[in-house]
Amino acid sequence: MSAILLMVLGLGGMAAGYFFYSRFIAERIYRFDPDFITPAHEFEDGVDYVPTNKFVLWGHHFTSVAGAAPIVGPAIAVIWGWLPAFLWVVFGTIFFAGVHDSGAIWASVRNRALSVGSLTGHVVGKRARSIFMIVIFLVLLMVNAVFGVVIAGLLINNPGSVVPIWGAIAVALVIGQLIYRFKFNLALVSLFGVIALYALIYVGPSVPVSLPETVVGLSSKAAWILILFAYAAVASLLPVWVLLQPRDYINGLQLFVGLILLYSAVLIASPELVAPMINHQVPEGAPPLIPLLFVTIACGAISGFHGLVASGTTSKQLNKETDARFVGYFGAIGEGALALAAIIAACAGFASLGDWQAVYSAFGQGGVQAFVDGGAAILNQGVGIDAAVSGTMLTVMAALFAGTTMDTGLRLQRYIFQEFGEIYGIRWLGKPLPATMMAVACCVLLAFGAGGADGSGGLLIWPLFGTTNQLLAGLTLLVISVMLVRLNRPVWVTLVPLVFLLLMTLAALLIQLNEFYQKKDWFLLSLDLVVLVAAMLVTLECVSAFKKPASEIGGEEL
Amino acid sequence: MDGENTSGLPRNLKLVFRRISAQLDAYYNAPYRSALARAARDEEDLFMLLIYAESLGIPNPVSFYTLELQPQMLERFHQWHRRMGMERSPLDEMRCC
Repeated sequence: MSAILLMVLGLGGMAAGYFFYSRFIAERIYRFDPDFITPAHEFEDGVDYVPTNKFVLWGHHFTSVAGAAPIVGPAIAVIWGWLPAFLWVVFGTIFFAGVHDSGAIWASVRNRALSVGSLTGHVVGKRARSIFMIVIFLVLLMVNAVFGVVIAGLLINNPGSVVPIWGAIAVALVIGQLIYRFKFNLALVSLFGVIALYALIYVGPSVPVSLPETVVGLSSKAAWILILFAYAAVASLLPVWVLLQPRDYINGLQLFVGLILLYSAVLIASPELVAPMINHQVPEGAPPLIPLLFVTIACGAISGFHGLVASGTTSKQLNKETDARFVGYFGAIGEGALALAAIIAACAGFASLGDWQAVYSAFGQGGVQAFVDGGAAILNQGVGIDAAVSGTMLTVMAALFAGTTMDTGLRLQRYIFQEFGEIYGIRWLGKPLPATMMAVACCVLLAFGAGGADGSGGLLIWPLFGTTNQLLAGLTLLVISVMLVRLNRPVWVTLVPLVFLLLMTLAALLIQLNEFYQKKDWFLLSLDLVVLVAAMLVTLECVSAFKKPASEIGGEEL
Repeated sequence: MDGENTSGLPRNLKLVFRRISAQLDAYYNAPYRSALARAARDEEDLFMLLIYAESLGIPNPVSFYTLELQPQMLERFHQWHRRMGMERSPLDEMRCC
């Protein structure tokens, strides 16, 4: 089948979702009110609460939620064939992610722009809030460990990308200085940044860098993982304006450039999907499609992480309540489009079915590298960019997304440890440096504990990461559902996704538990158990929230 | 607009450029406003400490210069001591509230 057809169907489906379903949700369920005074106006302070143009806010929301995860997840999941991944991404975006994201903004805006964490405490109960904190901690832990492994793999498989990936950090540092110290015009600086970055990408393949086979007794992958965590630790301790902010900004620009290039290349090259529609010869050892598909692709179909962005920053800057539809729902569609691009690259960028099968030889193989190779082939045919350069470009895109997420994730984890230090009166833990060290230690332990001493199997925790991310989404959906019940509005739009997510995550955890037991992988088994306990707590919380008599649930003003 | 048709295009371009810059600025700063405000406040606290060091009993080699700044800082002095957790001014010679 032609990839163009898949692209048109996917994007068309999501567009229909925006024009019809999201309008229904906005008008009938959430009932956005254009006259509602949003927190951005009510508490306007020029710092946190600032009414912001909806396109700017959408750009910020979209680029914060779209990272490496909507690339990695779908690129792994196409091992079951392109159809299941495609359907889950498209229908997930329409009926799950968009509803979840715009709902999270709505719930937060209607509650003085509280974060989802506080909202769970406020709307559902204190116990739910504690569970929320546990799940958040697990998500951060796994995201850092997984992305460390992902970037290390990219650096090893694409030696030409080493210079641009680290060079991009230098570019970001310069941009940060130019803007804050020298007050340069941002548009000019952006132009300089983009030119510098793409110049580095162009030069990269001619100056490949690879670490020696072993570095002080460690495999090169393990060495890269350690270097990356050392970098992330330093980066997360720097003031945000020095590195994180300009990097985030370049990533945003890159995301738009990458998406436009990929989709236009597909249109021009018109590649065929070589991967099977449904893979009947799934490699041995691959878990069953149902339920694992629904946790392998989290970002791109529905992801709890979006709720954090939606309620943390977006809701404080929403100019009008009706903007939540564009910012939240269309933001989710942006991410769905990225996931769709990843599916097309990983399924249509190979010369033959045999080539594809060689790449997808086992579960967790292929993945982001298949996205890079496949996407590079399509870019080469479509836009005519040299294969090595386009491969480097996609590698840099994925690695920079993952790197920024690591930086942010480690920062958040440090705050959690510092808070622990304060709550339990552990003086030293309250300081930034020791707290960062603790956070890094946890992540490194997880990366190597899951992947073995050479860090090669670290992607095994990808489905577990997806699971915790879905649990987070489940908690946000629970908050929205309880609010809807209190307002006497139809609750099925959020309740059906919630129940579906809980069933799938619980089933996936049980199946994986059995797998880890068979493999005698005690580390992953215990990790799975921890997540399973969290999942059960979330489920029980949902049951008890809806078991309360209507009189108790209702009544409270929202 | 009358009689300025020749310069209309460049002026429009300038306007467009300025508008794009403004939106980009918003996009660049939106997620980080509070982190930056906090950092600016920390810097301000240090600055205030330098200016009022002598009055607080900390020897200051450049007090000749900082003394001159003290009256300028009166408004901010009040916010500063409140932020440091003191309801009333800690200094006898500085009565701001």
